Amino acid sequence: MTSLDVAERHLDLETAETNDWLPSQTAEDATPRRSSRKIDISLLLAGAVLVIVLLVAVAPQLFTAYDPIKGLPGQQLKPPSAAHLLGTDSLGRDLYARLAYGAVHSLSGALAAVGIGLFAGTALGVLAGSIGGRTDTVVMRLADVLLSIPALLLSLSIIILLGFGTINAAIAVGITSVASFARIVRSEVITVRRSEYVEAAFGSGGTFLSVLIRHVLPNSLTSVIAFAALQVGWAILQLSTLGFLGYGAPPPTPEWGLLIAEGRNYIATAWWLTAAPGIAVVLVVLSVNRISQAFGRIER
Amino acid sequence: MTIQPIDLPKVAVPPSPVLAVSGLTVSYSDRNGARTAVHGIDFHVNPGEVVALVGESGSGKSSTAQAIIGLLPENGKLESGSIRLNDQEIAGWPQRRLDGIRGSVISLIPQDPGNSLNPVKTIGKQVAEILAIHGEASGPVAYTQAIALLERVGLSEPKLRAQQYPHELSGGMKQRVLIAIAIALKPSLIIADEPTSALDVTVQKHILDLIDELRREYGTAVLLVTHDLGVATDRSDRLIVLKHGRIQEQGRTQDVIGNPQNAYTRQLLSDAPSLNIRQRPATAAKETPATESDDIIVVENLVKDFGLGGYSRFCAVDDVSFRVRRGTTHALVGESGSGKTTSIRIVSAFEKPSSGRVIVDGLDLSTLRGETLRLFRKKIQLVYQNPFGSLDPRQTIARIVEEPLLNFEPVPRAERTERVAAIIEKVGLPPDVLGRRPHALSGGQRQRVAIARALILNPQILVLDEAVSALDVTVQAQILALLSKLQRELGLTYLFVSHDLAVVRQIADTVSVLSGGKLVDSGAVGDVFGNPASAYTRELIEAIPGKKHRPPAKPFPLISTGTEQ
Repeated sequence: MTSLDVAERHLDLETAETNDWLPSQTAEDATPRRSSRKIDISLLLAGAVLVIVLLVAVAPQLFTAYDPIKGLPGQQLKPPSAAHLLGTDSLGRDLYARLAYGAVHSLSGALAAVGIGLFAGTALGVLAGSIGGRTDTVVMRLADVLLSIPALLLSLSIIILLGFGTINAAIAVGITSVASFARIVRSEVITVRRSEYVEAAFGSGGTFLSVLIRHVLPNSLTSVIAFAALQVGWAILQLSTLGFLGYGAPPPTPEWGLLIAEGRNYIATAWWLTAAPGIAVVLVVLSVNRISQAFGRIER
Repeated sequence: MTIQPIDLPKVAVPPSPVLAVSGLTVSYSDRNGARTAVHGIDFHVNPGEVVALVGESGSGKSSTAQAIIGLLPENGKLESGSIRLNDQEIAGWPQRRLDGIRGSVISLIPQDPGNSLNPVKTIGKQVAEILAIHGEASGPVAYTQAIALLERVGLSEPKLRAQQYPHELSGGMKQRVLIAIAIALKPSLIIADEPTSALDVTVQKHILDLIDELRREYGTAVLLVTHDLGVATDRSDRLIVLKHGRIQEQGRTQDVIGNPQNAYTRQLLSDAPSLNIRQRPATAAKETPATESDDIIVVENLVKDFGLGGYSRFCAVDDVSFRVRRGTTHALVGESGSGKTTSIRIVSAFEKPSSGRVIVDGLDLSTLRGETLRLFRKKIQLVYQNPFGSLDPRQTIARIVEEPLLNFEPVPRAERTERVAAIIEKVGLPPDVLGRRPHALSGGQRQRVAIARALILNPQILVLDEAVSALDVTVQAQILALLSKLQRELGLTYLFVSHDLAVVRQIADTVSVLSGGKLVDSGAVGDVFGNPASAYTRELIEAIPGKKHRPPAKPFPLISTGTEQ
């Protein structure tokens, strides 16, 4: 049989040929597409938590009748009850009200901080990873310098340069996270840049910029977005530390981290003062995380 | 030494089988429910016999092997069926009980020697471990026995090897160590799951020879799981052909190969390049006398070396020259580390040579910079070995195929869509793949997409880097047929890199054989294969499996070198 005959025979087969798909036990092929639109319960919960928290942040007065700043006389340090769902603090302020009014401070501050870190870090990381050589060395050594300074010390220094206040605290926290974002982005970019599809894109005549935009950026951002979601929680805690030290939101502000910090003095007698805001932080972080994971999966 | 497998003298009444499998059903469960991978298959293995389980990916051959030794992955389940080992029912035994027979009665030679040894333990200790686990020997006694085993499987300097760690050994040597572990307790059945798929072809031959020799010495039965029909026909007494978890055909190897009853078996046999000496029909270019200007690729005295730190340099390509005529296929052949991939990366201008000259279609590559280099890419396109890695997982097929068009003079959207659809049809894909992403396609379909992307710029040269090596044999035959068709229609020139001489013999006009970065043989395929000039080429040809059932070619003098050492 000559190869010509074989070629003809295969050409006949070819129209119906896409049966070269065979079920296989390799992990990739076993689940070719998670196309089943089964709604995941954890995803649904995460979405619900975020929607509620966002609503509370936008309009806290709809969720509680108490004032977050003014205390009620004679109601100090009451445990959770029907009147005060999450109890009261040492000044008789309703903790639930403080949590509700604090959502906007915590979330906006954290989001701004993560946004700054994400954008500046991505820009630097892409620069270092895609150009390489001396640019890479300079950018990464700068990142090393930033990483070598303790985050709190660095943000304190930045606040002292910028001046006190919630927004400046957010900027300071954002800057401290630039280095870690830059590192992650750079390593992702380097991995993607070595992949064959990027080489194939250059091989088909792509310019540096077009390959960067079409392939390198979209493929390296997945894990960065996941990291950003993690950073939201970290930023909330950093902001609260700064608030506790008096560099961030000033004390009457019901910022979540500040609530935890204030509650620490009473942890033995009034557990709800740390537990409730702590759980709120954990829930928000987990939900953001779950949703970013779901996004990553759809994108793939 | 080279040992040809000999069929054991057949006894009139076969003794009771070592392994009898009946009604074996294996299923895998995932989020979308259970899926049956093996549908009630029956077979047996007699003492001292080699039975080959042959099939393509997804045929259930590995699931069968894993089910027998009780090593199915977590989501796998032995649904029903009986597995009798030495007349003892072992199906459904708990893992703890199976531990008692694994290694001593039944043992496994795994597929990937690289991942199957513990990287933090010395070789000697790992071999001694199997003896200790089954209470055969322990301490220094076991260690001494381990060294004897290492010597038995043909490792040079076994005492030294016993003190080394896995990363200090080559792939072939690691596979020998795993074989030593598998035979340590003289089991009655060895399951060899693709034992040589990850190895170079000459090493593959040495390893298969070793398995053959040991099983004759110990009288062990072997269940050989392989996708390579050539290997299966050479080494087995009986053959079982699997497809989609069902037995298509089983019987004596000679009978199945000589007179296949089943359509699928016939197709597998005709698609296996190693079983069919198929000379390529002469291309048009051959009939006209050669002139210098006909050579579209000219490579002269190509050298590429890499610094290894300090003063030492590693020469990946050492003074290689070849020419390729327009419209023909030139193959670069060699084992891993022979410099074939480096050579074609230089020809496709992804790397610069240390010295030497490459001229493609009249253009000296050393003169290309920036924009001229980018324009040059329209002439020559590379198709990669792994279609999983060479397509952006986030883009749809339409975007992937269209991308090269966006890089050059603007083409209106309507025309782009039209050209993409045309090229997708040309490579034999249905139009509905355009909206899908690469992960929703099979390996063969992905490779077609890669070829479509390479062809959309109408290049003159296609460089194929092991482009069919990762594919199943029938898919491989389809892609090779597609390549011949495209060459005839578009007058393409192919530079084809492969370690598989059987494929090369089928598709190439001329061939260069590389070894350790040096050119050891070159010329027309018929001349090089029929009358190899170098010992290395002879060894490569000798190592092609599937000899046993092929019309004998010219005998070559036996050579033996422990190349994998």
